Amino acid sequence: MTRNNKANDTAIAHHVNYATAKMGMWIFLFTELLFFGGMFLLYSVFRSKYAAEFHTSADELNIYFGTANTVILLTSSTTMALSIALVRKGERRLSMLFQLLTIVLGLVFLGNKYIEWGAHIRAGIYPHSPGLDLMGRGKIIFFSLYYVMTGIHGLHVLVGICVILGMLFFTAKGIVHQGDFVKLENTGLYWHFVDIIWIYLFPLFYLIT
Amino acid sequence: MTSAEDNAAAPPSFYHSKGKFRGILSWVLSTDHKRIGIMYLLAILTFFIVGVTLGILMRLNLIAPGKFISERTYNSLFTVHGVIQIFLFIIPGIPASLGNFFLPILIGAKDVAFPRINLMSWWFYMIGGVLVLMSVFIGGGAPDTGWTFYPPYSIRTTANISLALFGVIILGFSSIFTGLNFITTIHQLRAPGMTFFRMPLFIWALYATAWTQAIATPVLALTLMLIILERFFAIGFFEPLLGGDPLLYEHMFWIYSHPAVYIMILPAMGVVTEIFPVFSRRTIFGYRAIAFSSLAIAFFGYLVWGHHMFTSGMSDISRIVFSLITFMVAVPTGVKVFSWLSTLYKGSIRLDSPLLFSLSFIFLFSIAGLTGLTIGTLSLNLYLHGTYFIVGHFHYTMFGGAAFGFFAGIHYWFPKMTGRMFNEKAAKVAWATMFIGFNVLYFTMFILGLQGMPRRYFQYLPQFRTNHIISTIGSWILAAGLIIMFWNLIRAIFKGAKAPMNPWGGTTLEWQIPSPPPAENFETIPIIEHGPYKYD
Repeated sequence: MTRNNKANDTAIAHHVNYATAKMGMWIFLFTELLFFGGMFLLYSVFRSKYAAEFHTSADELNIYFGTANTVILLTSSTTMALSIALVRKGERRLSMLFQLLTIVLGLVFLGNKYIEWGAHIRAGIYPHSPGLDLMGRGKIIFFSLYYVMTGIHGLHVLVGICVILGMLFFTAKGIVHQGDFVKLENTGLYWHFVDIIWIYLFPLFYLIT
Repeated sequence: MTSAEDNAAAPPSFYHSKGKFRGILSWVLSTDHKRIGIMYLLAILTFFIVGVTLGILMRLNLIAPGKFISERTYNSLFTVHGVIQIFLFIIPGIPASLGNFFLPILIGAKDVAFPRINLMSWWFYMIGGVLVLMSVFIGGGAPDTGWTFYPPYSIRTTANISLALFGVIILGFSSIFTGLNFITTIHQLRAPGMTFFRMPLFIWALYATAWTQAIATPVLALTLMLIILERFFAIGFFEPLLGGDPLLYEHMFWIYSHPAVYIMILPAMGVVTEIFPVFSRRTIFGYRAIAFSSLAIAFFGYLVWGHHMFTSGMSDISRIVFSLITFMVAVPTGVKVFSWLSTLYKGSIRLDSPLLFSLSFIFLFSIAGLTGLTIGTLSLNLYLHGTYFIVGHFHYTMFGGAAFGFFAGIHYWFPKMTGRMFNEKAAKVAWATMFIGFNVLYFTMFILGLQGMPRRYFQYLPQFRTNHIISTIGSWILAAGLIIMFWNLIRAIFKGAKAPMNPWGGTTLEWQIPSPPPAENFETIPIIEHGPYKYD
């Protein structure tokens, strides 16, 4: 009645491990989606309440920075996907190069964000600033949403960079390799998720003028 | 299934198996789901005792308002009591402790899908718990907003809200990761032959709960985080002066917190579903109906949050729809209650303490459910909203339902977890005392509520005095029952008789391995050929 075939068990265990890790990651991304979903809900409520002010406020965002960041993040998704494909083909060193490239692109994205936020703050537009408080409720809420949503998204980019850094280490150590790459693949899923969130943030804040 | 050889080389229990670490580290760094379950159980019950103590102090104030406790302290008492009992006791309660211990065993697995994430969940739970307790003692004073943290007061009060909220957010992550872990475990690690419809119904309940945890909790984490940002940066989403809307907070809070009610009650329903067949020697009645009703309750639980806000300001259409869907939750709940009763019908019943707790669960939870319909009715709600009727109702659900189910499970699985038997007579005395104390304490609140006594009030009019005194006396009887129960269980750990492998005659997998189980649970993974409840 019992089965005790060691070799068979290990084969099954390995297979389950891959499927298990992937499933866990998808559920995690699902919870992340709901986390951001709450913010998108707030956005939609306030945008319907202050449609005109959202329209004029979006004009004050720098569309060039936003576009550049969209291009950067999309490119980083490509390099991330390539690094996974390369590990599967056994090209470990090349994969590490692409992981590094992804990290650099992530950092450039954050650098851009820093400059962009810095410019707004210097111009006196930040939550509860004397300037912003005079500008009307719709504008206050628009910029609060802008800071909160891009801020939390930026935090996710930062976490992603740290995780890819860990993967770089794992790949160098040979823990991630041709036969076992699910960690890197899950990191890729996370990175694409962060990318997708930005794809929605970009039009909602920069393109609604 | 077992040969003579297997018996000769019986592996040591998980308490004695040697891991990587020694001493206390062998617990707090263990990835064994059984050790994590035991650690959760100890922590959860400790927080429960803290919460109960605060509750007793509140009741103490209400026999002579102002004599023992000041107004401000009273506000903090009901806030911290609520936060502890909700976020530290009843939400993690059964899934994190009994669920962690028994989920892998009941599906024939060696551990959960992600043992390290499981340990991380426990650490998050402890850190969150400590932060919540710290918020009481440092900074601007203990939180005084009520456990719901409604703005704008939660934004404006000088009390130490941010730290408490941060603690609750960390607890939320703990809850999310436990849910994620359980879903994946149930999907991926079932023993060969263990189809979904051969799983014990406790697992079905945990499955529905885990989805609710994973889906609802992120929204709460976000909402509470926004209150923190609101306090530090004045972002204005919930602040009317800055163009925000406090009602939006109520929606986002209850979108999580109503499903959370089912995070609390579904596992307790799962526990009693395990107990009824064993103590009536009958196969469960309506297996599939019970399994699907768990999912139905979890599903409808998402769509009823508005019934917490009938008096907050919503359109009539929304209120009527929310009221209607609230009634619909009663259908799957009724399916469960009737299935349990049908299981008992013509069974050969053994009236042991786990069954007594389970029977009182049905009784108390039925009162909770029926009064739930009362306040789910729009017209009655307008009258009863914010009164002691509500307090009575949710204590019947949470304490009479979830906690009595939890105690039923603790008694049922105590021999398996500790390898010891408790004193059955003392357990029955404890149960009877608690049952009487509970009803004296909380049934009085229904009457107080109907008479118009508002909740959360420090003072009251003279006509409410008699009932308040009766209620407080009930709290003392209930406390005495709890003391007997804990004393009996603690004594059993040290002095109890050795428990056999299967003291109650159960047919699920946990009763086919030694008490306490070995570290690997099963020497060889069992192959499942029939459903979980097999009685002739």
